[in-house]
Amino acid sequence: MSAVPFLERAPIELRDWFVQLLPGPLQWLTHHLITVVAILAVFGLFFAFTTVAERKLLGRLQNRLGPNRAGVPKFSILPWHLRHKLWGLTQPFADAVKALTKEDIVPTAADKVLHFLAPVIIVGFSLMGFAVLPFGRLLIPVELDAALLYFFAAGAATELAIFMAGWSSHNKYSLLAAMRALAQLISYELPLILSVVPIILVTGTLSTSAIVHAQGFWTFGLLPHWFVFTPWGAAGFVIFLVAALAESNRSPFDLPEAESELIAGHLTEYSGFKYALFFMAEYFGLTALSGLGVTLFLGGWQAPCAFLEFIPSYLWFMGKLVGMIMFFIWVRGTLLRLRIDQLTRLSWKFLVPLALLNLGNAAFWVLSAHWAGPLQLVRWAVSLAVIVIPFVVMGRSITTGYGPRSYRYAP
Amino acid sequence: MLGTGILKGLLVTAKNFTGSYHDPKRMVTVEYPEQKTVLPENYRNFPFLVSESADDPMGTLRCVACQICEKECPPQCIIIEKSKDKKPDAAGKQQFYPAIFSIDTSVCMSCQICVEVCPFDSIKMDKVFEIAATDRFQDLLLTRDRLAKSNSYYHQIHPEEAAEVDGRLAAERKIAEEKAKAAAAAKAAAAKPAASVNPASAPAAPAPKTPPPAA
Amino acid sequence: MTLALILIAVLMLGSAATAMLLRNLIHSALLLILSWAGVAAFYLWAGAEFVAFAQVLVYVGAISMVVLFAVLLTRQNRIVDVLIEPATKARALAGLFVGAGMAALLSVAVCYTKFPALADAAPQTSVKEIGLVLMRQHGGALLIVGVILTVALLGATILAATEAKRQPEDKP
Repeated sequence: MSAVPFLERAPIELRDWFVQLLPGPLQWLTHHLITVVAILAVFGLFFAFTTVAERKLLGRLQNRLGPNRAGVPKFSILPWHLRHKLWGLTQPFADAVKALTKEDIVPTAADKVLHFLAPVIIVGFSLMGFAVLPFGRLLIPVELDAALLYFFAAGAATELAIFMAGWSSHNKYSLLAAMRALAQLISYELPLILSVVPIILVTGTLSTSAIVHAQGFWTFGLLPHWFVFTPWGAAGFVIFLVAALAESNRSPFDLPEAESELIAGHLTEYSGFKYALFFMAEYFGLTALSGLGVTLFLGGWQAPCAFLEFIPSYLWFMGKLVGMIMFFIWVRGTLLRLRIDQLTRLSWKFLVPLALLNLGNAAFWVLSAHWAGPLQLVRWAVSLAVIVIPFVVMGRSITTGYGPRSYRYAP
Repeated sequence: MLGTGILKGLLVTAKNFTGSYHDPKRMVTVEYPEQKTVLPENYRNFPFLVSESADDPMGTLRCVACQICEKECPPQCIIIEKSKDKKPDAAGKQQFYPAIFSIDTSVCMSCQICVEVCPFDSIKMDKVFEIAATDRFQDLLLTRDRLAKSNSYYHQIHPEEAAEVDGRLAAERKIAEEKAKAAAAAKAAAAKPAASVNPASAPAAPAPKTPPPAA
Repeated sequence: MTLALILIAVLMLGSAATAMLLRNLIHSALLLILSWAGVAAFYLWAGAEFVAFAQVLVYVGAISMVVLFAVLLTRQNRIVDVLIEPATKARALAGLFVGAGMAALLSVAVCYTKFPALADAAPQTSVKEIGLVLMRQHGGALLIVGVILTVALLGATILAATEAKRQPEDKP
């Protein structure tokens, strides 16, 4: 442990010191409770600041300022008052107070038990995905051999909660929207998992920390060996990004919860804190999927260059995570919403065949790993060709007949 | 190729984002109430009464309580009560003045008909919109003392219009003066042979001085 | 350890039994899903992580969707409660007889089978070993299952794809 720099071991040693203070039987429980509380605290605050960052970033992308008025409230017992608005960064706390104090309306004909359980289940299973992400060199909450399978299993159970939300509202439009949301989620689970299978093929393991360790080499100390810098990894990353956007119901795939679509879809009959819980679950899902993308494709907690390793690994992970979330917000501010038939067509006719071809590509990559010298160039060229040519061909075939629109009466 | 449109769109929003920090064209937010947008000259909200001098706005109103605007107002939100006595106006003539002149701004629809029909250029449109009040009945009924504002204020808010009105009024007064002078000269000429007959008749009163345009 | 097993067994069997007794079809389906989750908990208790996660992924993630879609898309407009009382006395007696016979058979099978006791702890298998066993010893079975699934998927696609030709969209 002493070979590892101090900053890396600091959280672990802090936890161990605290656990040692307690008597024997409580130690196992406290050890894991501290891990759980730390994840909840860090990612709860991350969720809060993601919401305000998203609003401000979307504002700037749309030529306007985001919220910048929520400061600190005036506490009448204090003699002074902080007048600065803090650039609106306390907005999420104001939103939390608003969500908590809103009246919780449950329709009379609704199924009370399921209506109550749906937000609970969705938040619970979204949070369970964080248990297998390696946040740092020594910071993985649970070291599982089948970590990736666990992650996807946790994500699959959230779909059930969406159905429960739509059905228990006793509102036929909510039910219809819940079915559409389910169709979207099921359609995009396949590209999501298929884009991850090449990584499993190449590294030969399902464990996330082993996958991060497999990306830990640098050519000339400068070029990292992250999987996104290989042809099959880049294609897999793009498919993963699209599927992750769709899995977390986020623009341009936010059909289930758009305001112009069946009001709020499966969330129509939810108000106050339950609505906030659904949003929390969506953001937790997005953060967990981004964390998985960082782990599998962007090298996890590895630094990009050998000499930058003095910065602690958890800071690199957080930085990459923040970068991915900023990219998702950028995409949200740019792209138009897809219709349900357009998005299912995209998934089944475009992403699944490309993901399967990518799997073959990764197999070729593994089998040709021993090629030397100029054959390496051939290897890269063949790999790139297997991605680019089908992409262009299938892109053409899926967009036939859709050209720039011509309007009869427009000037 | 599939995806080029998406990349172009991402570039456009990236330009928006970076431009919003330094380019005023890409940041259109005006942070009200710390910053205010510049209102165009023709912006109008509720009417106000023009008075000649800033020192005594209530005493030098151009309004003569002819009650034309009260009759022409479509939602009937102007309430006027004529005074019993007369006061001299800017040209010296004795005119009535409004003892009560109130506009109910909760009813007024800013149609400007009162301005268009006023023969004395005494009611004009103001630009003030921050008159929110907590009491619907008392505070939104603007009485004469809140409505009377000076001509210099009118020049401030509608400079072109005010200049045009002042020019017209000065021209009219000049014509009236010339007419009065000619009438006085004609009367004097007519009175002179009469004066040679009757030296006891006094000459006509001298013409009044034209008041300066800006009070 | 035994306490955990008892709790998991109560959860599994209790939810399955309640699923049979409820009138509301959707509630029954959801309780059945809960019993499948109980099965996954049982696998975790037994130390088979891979099977537990696969159980959640397949049953709770996919088969539950199939059950719910089937229930929702094939019923009439309003929620019709399922009748759980048997129609005639003869049917009730027959049901009781068959149930008692099954219970007797199962309890005899469980109580009189000699389960071999392991001398040492259960072997720790890694996912890699499971994969190698699947691909080498049971490769044939895996291929047959794959072929069956592919045929089912193709059949579903063909059934869904043979619809009436779509009208060309109105050109502006």
